[in-house]
Amino acid sequence: MATTTTTTAVAAPRTPLLRRLGRPAQVAAVLVAWVVVWFPTHGTATLSLAPADLTPLHRWLNHVNDTVGANRNTSPIFLYFFNEIRAVIDGLVTFIQALISQEWFGRPVPLLGWLGVVAVVTYVSWVFGNWRVALLAAGGFVFFGLQGLWQESMDTFALTIAAVLISLLFGIPLGIWAGLSDRFNRLVTPVLDFMQTMPTFVYLAPLTLLFLIGPASAVIATLIYAMPPAIRLTAHGIRSVPPAAIEATDSLGATGWQRLTRVLLPLSRRTIVLGINQTIMAALSMVTIAALIDAPGLGQTVVQALQTLDVGTAFNAGLAIVVMAIVLDRVTTAASDRVRVAAPARRLRRLLVAGGGIAAVVCCYFSYTYVWAAEFPDGLDVGSALRRGADSVTTWAQNDLSGATAAFKNLVTSVLLNPLQALLVESPWWLVGAVAVGLAVLLGGVRAAVTTAICLGLIIGTGLWQDSMTTLAMTIVATVMVMVLGVVFGVWMGRNRHADRIIRPILDAGQTMPAFVYLVPFLALFAASRFTAIVAAVVFAAPVAIKIISDGVRGISATTVEAATAAGSSTWQMITKVQLPMSRQSLTLAANQGLIYVLSMVVVGGLVGAGALGYDVVAGFSQGSLYGKGLAAGVAIVLLGIMLDRIARAAQQSNKSKGH
Amino acid sequence: MTTETSSPVISVRELWKVFGQKAEQVPRSPDLCALSRRELIEQTGCTAAVREVSFDVAPGEVFVVMGLSGSGKSTLVRCLTRLVEPTTGEVVFEGEDILGADKKRLRDLRRRKFSMVFQHFGLLPYRQVVDNVAYGLEIRGTGRAERTRRAMEVIELVGLDGYEHSYPDQLSGGMQQRVGLARALAGDPDVLFFDEPFSALDPLIRRDMQNEVIRLHHEVGKTMVFITHDLSEALKLGDRILIMRDGKMIQCGTGADLVGAPADDYVRDFVRDVARSHVLTLRWIMRDQRADDELDGPELGPDVIVRDAVRAVLSSDRPVKVVKDGELLGVVGNEEILAVVAGVEAGV
Repeated sequence: MATTTTTTAVAAPRTPLLRRLGRPAQVAAVLVAWVVVWFPTHGTATLSLAPADLTPLHRWLNHVNDTVGANRNTSPIFLYFFNEIRAVIDGLVTFIQALISQEWFGRPVPLLGWLGVVAVVTYVSWVFGNWRVALLAAGGFVFFGLQGLWQESMDTFALTIAAVLISLLFGIPLGIWAGLSDRFNRLVTPVLDFMQTMPTFVYLAPLTLLFLIGPASAVIATLIYAMPPAIRLTAHGIRSVPPAAIEATDSLGATGWQRLTRVLLPLSRRTIVLGINQTIMAALSMVTIAALIDAPGLGQTVVQALQTLDVGTAFNAGLAIVVMAIVLDRVTTAASDRVRVAAPARRLRRLLVAGGGIAAVVCCYFSYTYVWAAEFPDGLDVGSALRRGADSVTTWAQNDLSGATAAFKNLVTSVLLNPLQALLVESPWWLVGAVAVGLAVLLGGVRAAVTTAICLGLIIGTGLWQDSMTTLAMTIVATVMVMVLGVVFGVWMGRNRHADRIIRPILDAGQTMPAFVYLVPFLALFAASRFTAIVAAVVFAAPVAIKIISDGVRGISATTVEAATAAGSSTWQMITKVQLPMSRQSLTLAANQGLIYVLSMVVVGGLVGAGALGYDVVAGFSQGSLYGKGLAAGVAIVLLGIMLDRIARAAQQSNKSKGH
Repeated sequence: MTTETSSPVISVRELWKVFGQKAEQVPRSPDLCALSRRELIEQTGCTAAVREVSFDVAPGEVFVVMGLSGSGKSTLVRCLTRLVEPTTGEVVFEGEDILGADKKRLRDLRRRKFSMVFQHFGLLPYRQVVDNVAYGLEIRGTGRAERTRRAMEVIELVGLDGYEHSYPDQLSGGMQQRVGLARALAGDPDVLFFDEPFSALDPLIRRDMQNEVIRLHHEVGKTMVFITHDLSEALKLGDRILIMRDGKMIQCGTGADLVGAPADDYVRDFVRDVARSHVLTLRWIMRDQRADDELDGPELGPDVIVRDAVRAVLSSDRPVKVVKDGELLGVVGNEEILAVVAGVEAGV
């Protein structure tokens, strides 16, 4: 440290004025320069492209799509590889659907009617969890029927089951391997990082190229997103088994298999079940999103309702997704911390388990034989009441609340969003490029700058420069809002245990909810606009940022805080001079994660008027002629993500090396 | 307890354990062997945890390995069952060199001949006490009824009856270690290894457990190898004690040997605060007979501990004769006894 200070001190007189100003001032200088150059040059060289226009690249991608489509049944790689995978997965999905949601072969209704499904779900929840979550599960599933969404819910449930089964089938063995072998663990960790940080919508398009639009692609996309937690947590569980237990079992002469099955797996059971929980939640979230590539179920109901701005229907289906998320989350959480049963109670329990099993089988039989137990009765309709209620609330909100909401919306739009978007979109491409590279040098160093330059070049290559800039503007505004929320709530929670105890469960609940659902209430409040998409992204990303910052603030050593108190700091001084500077690491991490989360909502935002890249992707799924453009837009989102992520990470590193 | 005539159960010869990249080179090279531990790390990056250790353990003996943390004692005991693979040397168990055993044979030895009690217990939290105790039997394929029967036997032996259906986390530390002890005894091994089994326990419970080990040793008569960093524990339990420092063996002998004739200043420093009258035997304090000694006083054996001879010596007005097999080895008078009891150390 001492040497760096001396060298800068010595070098200072020779460096230009800018150098001596410090980093914030340098950044400000770059931004001022940008605005100054913008005035004479804006509107030129903006590389704009009308929504229906295509570049040669897009046409070429369309052509690739057509060629693949034409050769799907002749090319050996498709015949013997991709088509086989698709057939197996389609088969599994069709089977589960026939079991619970679609016609069973030769029957007009599925094998298990609603009564059977409810009975089995309740029974399983009780056996693996407890009676409370079993009641919750029963109530939740009956509620789907009452909403008039039984079949849609079961389609979503079937897809989730299929994806989770395959995820666990591969994920848990891979996790065990990563837990046992350091080499494999080192190999697999960066792959998992990549799988998890990539915005989820992006791989939908390439997957449809290989596996067609439909359930198979949906399940594979879900696998990519949902398998990492299973692998990661299984490996983590195995790695954290106390060495004493392993050594003791070795000293008794256990074989490798005995060690695995009697010590490693039982002792990491809790962590593995937690992994299963996360896999299920991720799968449910992704299965609903996969409605964009024609996956059946609740997601499709939401997407169609969003596209027709039918808030009532979207709310009803969204509520079903939320209920399913809550049920699955609670049941698997209960399964992970099952309390053990004392010996006498165990015999009773065994009897109850057997009795419950018989009851479930009887219910299944009824639901197989009688129509009343097979098809959910129409008489009890809560769904239309919910739809009407949501519609009237929407109408009320849009008419009577519009004063407040519109004021807020207009304020953010005109003060933040419009100027930024004008600056980004109307600047010539070379100006934006120069500014971005300059900021990357200042914030992250030369390597970040090189990555930035490459990413920007590739974005120009996708032909979607202007759309990318629009999306970038929204992303920046959303991230700024996320950080404001993150600092305010994070510091509050970090300083106050009561606040933490109240807010944290809300954040947890928010994180288990599929991304789609956020859109519905904001669509009601703000109608379809860029701002709605931004708010949805903020709500999606804020919990992560808040948690990271509050953990950072909480992590500051008690002695430091005590010393600062003893020195007579006021609360404000404590926050600004001790707690925020010392949690700088967490702040950059929160900004980074917040950014990734915001970006992953870009496509969802495309559904509610965000336009730009999100719209391009969505349109690409639904219109064949725009397929290539949608694919290119997906790539552009990834490029934006990589660029912002690299700059943020490099900034974090250079902060660290400065000793903060 | 020591039966010097029978052949040893375990015989360790020039055992080395070196951690590091070029571990095998160290024991072979005389130059490297001559280096101190620190110099070795600086020159080769290797850590020598156990350096050229040799000893024998007799059947039925309690053999204690003692040293401070980092002295290599825990590594040494793990080398004996190859939980840590030794670098070079020989570990002969009942005539068989264990280092040559293949995986299957080694597993068999661990299942039937050895068992180990660990400092941190190593119990399986999801199993009841009875299933923890039966675990070793389960691994070697004993049927459920048989292993439960045997487990109940040893649970009673270690005084845990009534707790067989508890889970480990419902028991105190001392009781958890009794479970560990029962697990080790369940397989009816020939040798029990103890790796600092009582270091994690409170002093009072530690004393109970030490007495428990002494009682079990009387009842089942197993050969025991006991690792500890506590000298009083070593003196209390050990027939013989091996003192280690920096991986090397400093001295090996009975407690009285260590106290009466420390091999170097390190050992001397170690045993300084020991109550000598509790450890030394008459053999160590007797003097040669002088002309003016009256030899019609009481007789005692040379292995009687000083503490137990005090009353006899002080109440007699003549010196006590130290006699073995009818032969007069020397005499002990008030002066000698008082010198020990008052803590006057010879030559200090």
